[in-house]
Amino acid sequence: MKDQNVMGKSSKVIEVDKIAVRFSGDSGDGMQLTGTLFSQTSAVYGNDISTFPDFPADIRAPQGTIGGVSGFQVHFGQGVSTPGDLTDVLVAMNPAALKANVRFMKPGGTIILDVDSFDTKGLEKAGYKTDDPIAEDQLDGYNLIKAPITTLTKESVKELDLDNKSVLRSKNMFALGLVYWLFNRPIAHTQAYIKTKFGKNPAIMQANLLVLQAGFDYGNNIQAMTPSYHVSPSENRKGIYRNLNGNIAAAWGLLLASEKSGLPLFLGSYPITPATEILQELAARKDLGVKVFQAEDEIAGVCTAIGASYSGALGVTSTSGPGLALKTEAIGLAVMAELPLVVVNVQRGGPSTGLPTKTEQSDLLQALFGRNGESPVVVMAASTPVNCFDYAFYAAKIALEHMIPVILLTDGFLANGTQQWRVPDEGDFPAIEVPRTRQKPGEFQPYLRNEDKLNRDWVVPGMKGYEHRIGGLEKDAVSGNISHDGPNHHLMVSLRQQKLERVAHFVPALEVVGDASADLLVVGWGGTFGHLFAAVEALNKEGRKVALAHFNYINPLPLNTAELLGRYKKIVVCELNMGQFAGFLRMKHPQFSYEQFNKVEGQPFTVQELKEQFVKLMEA
Amino acid sequence: MSEVQEYTFVDFKSALNVRWCPGCGDHAILNTVQKAMAELQLKPEEVVVVSGIGCSSRFTYYMSTFGFHTIHGRGSAIASGVKVARPDLKVWHITGDGDALAIGGNHFIHTVRRNVDLNIILFNNQIYGLTKGQYSPTSKHGFVSKSSPFGTVEQPFRPGELTLGARGHFFARTIDRELKLCVDVFKAADRFEGTSVVEVLQNCVIFNDKTHQAITDKEFKDDRTILLEHGKPMIFGKNRDKGLMLEGLTLKVVQLGVNGVEEKDLLVHDAECTDSTMHLKLATMEYPEFPVALGVIRSVKGAVYNRDVEAQIQEVQQNSPVKSFRDLATRGNVWEVK
Repeated sequence: MKDQNVMGKSSKVIEVDKIAVRFSGDSGDGMQLTGTLFSQTSAVYGNDISTFPDFPADIRAPQGTIGGVSGFQVHFGQGVSTPGDLTDVLVAMNPAALKANVRFMKPGGTIILDVDSFDTKGLEKAGYKTDDPIAEDQLDGYNLIKAPITTLTKESVKELDLDNKSVLRSKNMFALGLVYWLFNRPIAHTQAYIKTKFGKNPAIMQANLLVLQAGFDYGNNIQAMTPSYHVSPSENRKGIYRNLNGNIAAAWGLLLASEKSGLPLFLGSYPITPATEILQELAARKDLGVKVFQAEDEIAGVCTAIGASYSGALGVTSTSGPGLALKTEAIGLAVMAELPLVVVNVQRGGPSTGLPTKTEQSDLLQALFGRNGESPVVVMAASTPVNCFDYAFYAAKIALEHMIPVILLTDGFLANGTQQWRVPDEGDFPAIEVPRTRQKPGEFQPYLRNEDKLNRDWVVPGMKGYEHRIGGLEKDAVSGNISHDGPNHHLMVSLRQQKLERVAHFVPALEVVGDASADLLVVGWGGTFGHLFAAVEALNKEGRKVALAHFNYINPLPLNTAELLGRYKKIVVCELNMGQFAGFLRMKHPQFSYEQFNKVEGQPFTVQELKEQFVKLMEA
Repeated sequence: MSEVQEYTFVDFKSALNVRWCPGCGDHAILNTVQKAMAELQLKPEEVVVVSGIGCSSRFTYYMSTFGFHTIHGRGSAIASGVKVARPDLKVWHITGDGDALAIGGNHFIHTVRRNVDLNIILFNNQIYGLTKGQYSPTSKHGFVSKSSPFGTVEQPFRPGELTLGARGHFFARTIDRELKLCVDVFKAADRFEGTSVVEVLQNCVIFNDKTHQAITDKEFKDDRTILLEHGKPMIFGKNRDKGLMLEGLTLKVVQLGVNGVEEKDLLVHDAECTDSTMHLKLATMEYPEFPVALGVIRSVKGAVYNRDVEAQIQEVQQNSPVKSFRDLATRGNVWEVK
């Protein structure tokens, strides 16, 4: 901490390399937007960012209650790989927001309260038993900024002719302005946003601009009492950057695959939390020729995608757990017909309707085995919000080149979380080459296989002399005609499995990060990467010998899996489920023994709990 | 290069042996579809036949066109995917009363509602044949089958009523053994742009033999059915002496020459009338109160899903500065690190 003289006043500026801020309020208070705007400004400033929206399943839960609290956490600075376990700064727009989020506070952190909302009624609704929440929640050790946000918001727009409701809706901008001041961030980026967003409504635009400025000024005026933070920018590779969440990233990865393969993109889908944004984003992409079919149900979503794929498009369906369950029969058809298909499954808490807005990794076994018959599909998983882009691209590439359905697993945490993303250059991603046939017209054998991938040729309607019939019945291994012959069925089942296994020759080897001679190998897959990585990195810094092997390709597993696992004495598989990947590894590589660390609370791991667990295991 | 090629129905036959039961109505439907395609001079490589599951759905394998034999009830969704992705193709969807109206009911009504340009040929034999004799959603109330040994206690769907209820634009009915009518109706279905639903009253010789016989038997057919033709008066009967009139809001069968009724008093069929009220009345006529309507009952032009998808894309593309993925990714809220 160093003293700094700003505008004639003495104040403290804290230099840090990363900071987490959590905005929280009623679900109608605009906290998601406030958090998004703050993260954009931070990213523009050059910080790494990682965000975590945490919102209720109800659209409008009763106002002022814990159930209706909506939160948005931003972690920014250098070397950020998670949204942060705990937050340095909490913005609480009402008592319920404070009550719900105190447990996420770092000891000694800063809490900004809208004191206007801390009246008897508000405290009661939030479940406080006394009229002193500070004492009740033992917040004495924190740096409290008790700001009369509602009053000052009203005050700052009193010259405008606005109804009370519109005035109150802009109070999130006060909080945002105050936080900008706290982190020495310019408000210009948000001002520009407000001007565009409310351009058609000058009064509202003016109100938001005034309130934003009022919040910033308020911070400036109270600075003698409060330290502010300086978070240095990271050094980034040259290029054009933007913020991206996992859902948009997945949608865009598919767009690039469409462009690289020269095939039109077709999405058949049905709205489901937390995957809906993929459907919405692609529906908006008519400029790139995307056809989106919002189907009558999940089944029709995948079926239209299969129909599109049959006729020569890149067929995709997007969904979440319960929707994947409905699609299983149709995915089996794509396995049998040996057609390319991409299924993006954004996992959420289950079973059944479960926890729709919360994250979990519990669809792995469903993706691997949730179909009748011997029905192998490629299963892969993205591991950061922005690499949803990469894995969506590669899911499409594998599906198209190997003529096989691919299930890409992401999750609610990746889908809604954002990171800064560098727009890839032309050469950053490979070409996609679909298996066009070299067979002669009139002699076409639909199930004749190519040697390297064991895939069949993709012949689409319209090709004269290649007319053929395929379907869900077992077929002769070459001609594709219906066959009920036992040995032929055995052969076809084996071929479909071998075709899947061939994919392993075309995916990158698994790499280990962290201490090469580690005593403990941490194994993870999918969306837990950031937390596992941060925990391993922190322990390495403390001199602990621990390493991380994180899987993006699950079926088939990378070819070097056994060799790599065999190097370590102790392996712990960490998952947000009851041990599904651990079970899969035991099935595929039973020669090793696997410890497990599991959590199913609808929330990501925390780095802290992981570190403690790893230390315990190493000392055991 | 223009290539004039004469296709005959043989050009639409695959090399596989047809394996439906001898005497099954499906044989005639297969032959007449092939004949209709030849008369329409469709190109086999541009035709996709999509089927679901059931006896009727084996149809795909007996065609020389492109074919996709899919899963139970989902054929219309898969066919929609084919047509929307590739509007240049001719997509025929072969289905049955169980496939389209029970397990696939949801997909059926939504396909019809969207008016995707498909030809849906619905084989209605009022029975589950492939699973050997259970009642279907079109089986009559009280129908005794293996799964309703004491008779069903449910009311059947009437495919025409369901199609119109789902805001269908084209509905026609024919009988498997009426070969010429089948060909005519299939051709009309193909020429219509939008979802064409053709109900074929089809006989299952093994599990539900003669279910339609009361109306399809040669001896009675002319008196118990009426062939509707656009622009022509509604006359029927072996001696062409009966007709349909409207009395108040209900249809009435009249005898020509009795009570001074003349041909000019009869209803004239207007298949292209947007209002579906009369079409619904005609489609739901049942023997013995009425003759069963055959031919094209409704054929009304409307917005076609796949065409509108193309138009919307074209319009957006004309006005959008985004021409490539890179255009999209480098636009809007971005910043540059130099």
